[in-house]
Amino acid sequence: MSENDVAAAIPGSVVGSKVHRGQTSLAIEPARIVEVCRFLRDEQQFIRLSGVTAVDRYPLEPRFEIVYFLHSLERNERLRLKCLVPSGEAVLDSVTGVWPAANWYEREVFDLFGVVFRNHPDLRRIMMPEDWDGHPLRKDYPVTGPKYEYTQE
Amino acid sequence: MSEADANIAQTQASTAPRRMTLNMGPQHPSTHGVLRMVLELEGETIVKAGCDVGYLHTGIEKEFEAKLYQQAVTLTDRIDYLCPLINNLCYCLAVEKLLDLEIPPRAQWMRVMLGELTRINSHLVWLGTHSMDLGAMSVFLYCFREREQILRIFEMFSGQRMMTSYFRIGGLALEPPRGWQQAVGKFIDAFPSKVDEYEELLTKNPIWMRRTQGVGCASLDDLIAHGVTGPMLRAAGLKWDIRKSEPYSSYEKFDFEIPTRTEGDVYARYQVRVEELRQSARIVKQALDGMPEGRWVANAPHVVLPDREKMKTEMEALIYHFKIVTEGFRVPEGEVYQVVESPRGEMGYYVVSDGTARPYRVFIHGPSFGNLQGLPKMVEGRLVADAIAALGSTDFVLGDVDR
Repeated sequence: MSENDVAAAIPGSVVGSKVHRGQTSLAIEPARIVEVCRFLRDEQQFIRLSGVTAVDRYPLEPRFEIVYFLHSLERNERLRLKCLVPSGEAVLDSVTGVWPAANWYEREVFDLFGVVFRNHPDLRRIMMPEDWDGHPLRKDYPVTGPKYEYTQE
Repeated sequence: MSEADANIAQTQASTAPRRMTLNMGPQHPSTHGVLRMVLELEGETIVKAGCDVGYLHTGIEKEFEAKLYQQAVTLTDRIDYLCPLINNLCYCLAVEKLLDLEIPPRAQWMRVMLGELTRINSHLVWLGTHSMDLGAMSVFLYCFREREQILRIFEMFSGQRMMTSYFRIGGLALEPPRGWQQAVGKFIDAFPSKVDEYEELLTKNPIWMRRTQGVGCASLDDLIAHGVTGPMLRAAGLKWDIRKSEPYSSYEKFDFEIPTRTEGDVYARYQVRVEELRQSARIVKQALDGMPEGRWVANAPHVVLPDREKMKTEMEALIYHFKIVTEGFRVPEGEVYQVVESPRGEMGYYVVSDGTARPYRVFIHGPSFGNLQGLPKMVEGRLVADAIAALGSTDFVLGDVDR
């Protein structure tokens, strides 16, 4: 799998690629993510989505790096896709339409990072309580949690 | 409305299917942990099922970012607490790949051997609790009898029964103890006959067969699309095992089979896991017989703590020890996604390093997370009682789902 295959099929979708320790990652234009994923699933046999997560590059901008782990059983190959989204508009199209497995993973990223997935069937918090403030895996969120002030009443 | 019309309306209302929403869990004996299932029922049939997870969320991924690389090993034990050593292994392999460390063969084989004992341990807990959910009490006692012996072996190696943290970055935590060959050998020679005992209780047992055959099926494509991995896919006919397809820690040197079935029901999953018990025993036996000699840690003084003896005699060793303990070791910038075959399926650690001594981000892909996502597909349209069987057959660990 090379960036050329994707770039040839969907021009303008690949903005970079890197091979590190034998693992390939492609940087994808966020607006084209669903298109690229559908192409990889249908044409390149990446029928499994192993996971979706995010990396917070705070205070750099664009701040969030959404990472997709793809796996092709037939070719015995793994691929990472990355999308950079800025903190001002942390919105991305959901890939649940391509792989239903993305459902919980995207909910997790939404819950812990506060990145919103457009067209997600059920975008709710998954780990934290519904009424929780903040997104714990953001770098500006303290490890020990928020400080509560207790008063007499 | 006339009286006749009213009567008809009343009859229709009473015969029309009435839906009921049933909460199963978070405190329910069959959910083994704190999983909440919301079942929408029509009579005894499940129309819609959903899982509510997160009750055991402890923020382990956040905690990783605050720890030094070597300190974080102890956190990995607590994620999937039924297979701590395989969690250790996956994390260590990821960091070792980032460091580009060469692990000596003895440590690699030791990791394979103890990893397979962990798999046996985990499958035994599964078999015991799953069969107890379906009413076969004695299997539980049989399984825990052997599990106890495995825990004793772990205690012998690491000093701990469950949270072993025995695999460290660069090799093993301690030199293998004196007499370990006899302890493992004694256990593994007797183990195949114990598996026969479990099979005698279950495999041809008519109650067991009726409760499990044809239950919890879903098509292979559906399972893959929903993120299910491991024995569940093998029971549905996919011959895929990461130990074979992407070998790590010298698994390519071992001879074992990947058991598969095609039925994809709860019974097939049981058969696959029981066969895996036998295959794991084979691997342990091979590792025991062919264990290479040599060091159990890599030759990397900046990563691995020095011997106590050397520390007392060599200045350099003392300095390295001081530096590793106080400020850790720096890991080159980069990122690695390492996968291993855990008893439940594909376990992956995504470690991102920014060049400092603490991980910038660690994402843990737990197999149970994906397996639970596929659960509604297996229970919808079936009876409530079958949900218990299907739930048990996914073999989830909530620590692994919620992290």
